[in-house]
Amino acid sequence: MVTVPVVAVGRASLAFVGEMGAMLIFLLLGMRHMCSSTKQLQRVLRQVHVIGAGSFFLIALIGLFTGMVLGLQGYYTLTRYGSVGMLGSAVALTLIRELGPVLTAIMVTGRAGSAMAAEIGVMRISDQIDALEVMDINPYAYLVSPRITACLFVFPLLTAVFNVVGILGGYLTGVQLLGVNQGVYFYSIESSVVFADVAGTFIKSVFFALTVVTVCCYKGFFANLRQDGMGPAAVGNATTSAVVLSCVLLLLVDYVITSVLL
Amino acid sequence: MTITTQVWDIALEGLTAGYGPKVVLENISTVLPGGKISMVLGGSGCGKSTLLRQIIGLSAPMEGKVLLGGNDFFAMKDAEFRRMRRRMGVLFQDGALLGSLTVGENIALPLREHTHLKEAEVQEIVLHKLSLVGLAHTTALYPSQLSGGMRKRAGLARALVTDPPILLCDEPTSGLDPISAAQMDALLLEMRERFPSMTIVCVSHDMESVKAIADHVLVLHEKQVIFQGSLHNLQETTKPYLLQFLARAPMREEEQGASYPLSEATRAHMHRELELQ
Repeated sequence: MVTVPVVAVGRASLAFVGEMGAMLIFLLLGMRHMCSSTKQLQRVLRQVHVIGAGSFFLIALIGLFTGMVLGLQGYYTLTRYGSVGMLGSAVALTLIRELGPVLTAIMVTGRAGSAMAAEIGVMRISDQIDALEVMDINPYAYLVSPRITACLFVFPLLTAVFNVVGILGGYLTGVQLLGVNQGVYFYSIESSVVFADVAGTFIKSVFFALTVVTVCCYKGFFANLRQDGMGPAAVGNATTSAVVLSCVLLLLVDYVITSVLL
Repeated sequence: MTITTQVWDIALEGLTAGYGPKVVLENISTVLPGGKISMVLGGSGCGKSTLLRQIIGLSAPMEGKVLLGGNDFFAMKDAEFRRMRRRMGVLFQDGALLGSLTVGENIALPLREHTHLKEAEVQEIVLHKLSLVGLAHTTALYPSQLSGGMRKRAGLARALVTDPPILLCDEPTSGLDPISAAQMDALLLEMRERFPSMTIVCVSHDMESVKAIADHVLVLHEKQVIFQGSLHNLQETTKPYLLQFLARAPMREEEQGASYPLSEATRAHMHRELELQ
């Protein structure tokens, strides 16, 4: 009786590790076909449009408000220590090192990742993936690879947009609203942000892209194997699970990469 | 017009199939003759679609073999397995058209993926195949804009686009009104006439359809093949289950399993709640 919770935790852990392994194999199968034919380019461009262009304004909006809040919070915190001149640096480093890649990835997960899981899940339960197989069209090449390639392009670009718009948001509150000197704001950014910070933001966004696209495609692709529902319910559960697991793994991956980069 | 010369028999040898530990078909041996329309019949859940999945290669058998033209399908090397799959056209129950593509793009997909045909040639073939199923006007529509019957016909056009020598249909007439069902039957008969070497296998429980088009009939019941032969032989059978099946007779009370009568009090309460009284 005492061992029951331990057994349950052990089973859950084994299942989690097993699923992570399955997802890694899924990712490798998808990556294997990334450059398999010239026809992939068209599919990649379509996904870039769906994931990237479709998320652009959302990312810009979130970036703007995040920067504005950072500007406000940073101003009042730094004022206490007489270091308001460091506002630009605080906003930029917070965005570039941490919030930019993480919030971009979470936003894209919510908007495009959930759509990926749902679309592929519906294709699975309505025999469309089976239809691809019997037409001798590799579903990994057709559905997964273009999304991986597109995410590898789109995540860094959207992260860059988030960072730039966020810094402008900080400028709006810090400089335009609260009166910090414009030159000081930008000089502190220029003097504190180094190449390693920018490289770090892109490295993180690439890892986040792989995490999100793998989890979301995997959950949709195997929606028919879920134990917690059948048919449309399975697609709904797969989508929820894709978003939740992506967000959790993003933060886990973020911690690991940050600890390696620092 | 004959498009292929080789006739592909489909033979099952000691086939046992199922899902996970659950066995749905057990030790089945039969031949679905090439160049004919074979109908696989049986009650709901008897394993008809499972059988089809084995023939298509979507699930591997637990035991036994699927022989296509005498070759063991699941023992083939990857390249040969894929080549064999390209010889099959499959019509899924609801058509299984890709929702993100138009009908025309769906039909063109196998050609664009596996050939280097010019776009004009692809369009010509797509229009021809769609006209065969009476849907030439739907090329620019999306599957969601079609009725169930139209989706099935479009699915048939896609299955036929590469002129496959083997055509497999999963319940081609289920869910269709009598006129659409008759139209689907007529289409399959037309395919047999146009392509005499084509092996057509249809999974169905529509007896009208069977009477209209079947050359060969296979009946599944309780994991086994309980009949195989011509429609004429099927109609002369004396086996009780087959007679019941052919006559659309309901199950006897003892075959229905547990019975749970509804109490009058519960029924009356439900009616009051639903304001039926």
